[in-house]
Amino acid sequence: MIEVNAEGLEIRDLSVSRGRTRILDSLPELRARRGELTALLGPNGAGKSTLLQAIAGLLPTDGELSLDGKRLNELSARQRAARIGYLPQLSEAGAMLEVFESLLLARRLAGHHDDDANLAHCEQLVEALTLAPLASQRLGQLSGGQRQRVAIAQALVREPTLLMLDEPTSALDLHFQLSVLEWLSREAREHQRVVIVALHDLSLAARHAAHVWLLHTGRLVACGSPREVLTPARLREVYAIEARVEWPQDGSPPAIIALHAL
Amino acid sequence: MTGTLTSPATAWRHRQRQGARWLWVIGVLVVLACLLDISQGSGQLTLARLLPALWQPQAADPLAHVILWQLRLPIALMAVVVGAALAMAGAQMQTLLHNPLADPFTLGVSAAASVGAGLGLILHFDLIPAGLAPLTFLNAAGLGVTLNAFVFALTASLILWSAQRLPGVGVQTLVLLGIALMFFFNALLGVLQFVASPEALQQLIFWSMGSLERSSWPRLGVLSAVILVCGVIFHRRRSELTALSLGETQARALGVDVRRLRLTGLLCTALLTATAVSFVGSVGFIGLVAPHIARLLVGEQQQRFLPLSALLGALLLSLTSTLSKSLIPDVLLPLGMITALIGLPFFVSLILKRRGLDG
Repeated sequence: MIEVNAEGLEIRDLSVSRGRTRILDSLPELRARRGELTALLGPNGAGKSTLLQAIAGLLPTDGELSLDGKRLNELSARQRAARIGYLPQLSEAGAMLEVFESLLLARRLAGHHDDDANLAHCEQLVEALTLAPLASQRLGQLSGGQRQRVAIAQALVREPTLLMLDEPTSALDLHFQLSVLEWLSREAREHQRVVIVALHDLSLAARHAAHVWLLHTGRLVACGSPREVLTPARLREVYAIEARVEWPQDGSPPAIIALHAL
Repeated sequence: MTGTLTSPATAWRHRQRQGARWLWVIGVLVVLACLLDISQGSGQLTLARLLPALWQPQAADPLAHVILWQLRLPIALMAVVVGAALAMAGAQMQTLLHNPLADPFTLGVSAAASVGAGLGLILHFDLIPAGLAPLTFLNAAGLGVTLNAFVFALTASLILWSAQRLPGVGVQTLVLLGIALMFFFNALLGVLQFVASPEALQQLIFWSMGSLERSSWPRLGVLSAVILVCGVIFHRRRSELTALSLGETQARALGVDVRRLRLTGLLCTALLTATAVSFVGSVGFIGLVAPHIARLLVGEQQQRFLPLSALLGALLLSLTSTLSKSLIPDVLLPLGMITALIGLPFFVSLILKRRGLDG
């Protein structure tokens, strides 16, 4: 049985289907802890987005999902959304909504009013994510990378217990890839949030994640620390690549270099 | 004014005030357009002679009193409320279907409402059975026709809603389906024309071209009530409706029950369209043009977007009503003809602007 006072997200025996197709098949017991960044890895079609959507309550599930000991399927959509900040893989391009207004909107839907404290909270986040110069622009006017940073802010502005981001760095340049992940790790640590990030960049995952879940064709292949999970043999099995994995002793960041496809 | 010079919250407050200012400006223009509309018409009655009848109905000249209160005022106000209703319906169809080309006219909902109304008028087919008390009072009040129009408009809306949920259905596919629906319902209208008596045929022509001539105070009251009820529903759901502009997945992730919101919203848009169409016939493009101008001025935040769309719709139809009376002396042009001449190029320009955006 799931522990009543368990901290963080727990998954047990989870299966998810889209229509008649089963995408995730009986994921065993998995836990993402508060204060840690968990990287969700796997090749295209592994089921990463499906898993995040299922946790967010956007897809029907079989099995158990609980956050801090509370079963998620017992919560209403509003209650669940108040606890979970989810950033989908592709955000819509054309909304004629201003950046700052979009953050206030996310807060309003969590039951906050447009009072001074709320405005100040949004302002702090805008400053922290260096979005201030964009605050009065409309979402439709932003570049892909800028939109992605705003979407991260939208997920965070509600101060969720669980923050899930689906490939948040895919449209970002190298500077923002690093700074967003550093910032997410800090966010997890300082605010004791559960942060789960689906990533394609294995080096970024090795560098920033405390924990890794590796999926392949809808099944869990491995979970544990990046060092335990990201081995050349496993990358060969899951990604069909020959890779060199470096864990320097001098404290410099790890590197996973794909040598060639098999 | 950008966020780099002032704080984002201060800049946001400033833009909120700007948005409110637009509401006042367009609101004043609606009143002026309405007065202009009242001043136009046969009978050589100037505004100066008519206005005293507005302030002091008892003391006014009897002819001016009758012309103002029985003819011009109901027509002018009907233009305002029909314009507002169609613009609200268009704005919310665009929001709910996440489609900038949506409008009751372009998606065939107006045509469906016309068929429903036509069935009642031509074949005396009412969806409320004659013996079904207490609803029979609706038939007695002439609202049975409105109910017919509503059921047909709702059916068309639900067909569009279902199609929009199919995988791979993009913005322009939905518009093509809407055009197909329009053809279908126009064909049904053709069948009704074929079997109609000469008197009924005259009424049908009224549906197809749009006219304010049958405006009356009770109808004005009914449409105003529908606008009020739908406006309150939309206002209560304003944050959820705004969230839809971020896309369905994002809205759901923010806790919005998108399915329920769409159903409630489409019920309201069908009711607004059906009531407007059953009173004045088919008037196209107001629901397309007004929300687009509103969006350019204040963006998609519903608290400003919806009322501004309604006011712009009211302004556009009020000006159209004036044009219909004054373009050719002593000839009353059909409203739908004028709105189509103005709206169609706008619609085409929107389609051309979207080139390459649709899969």
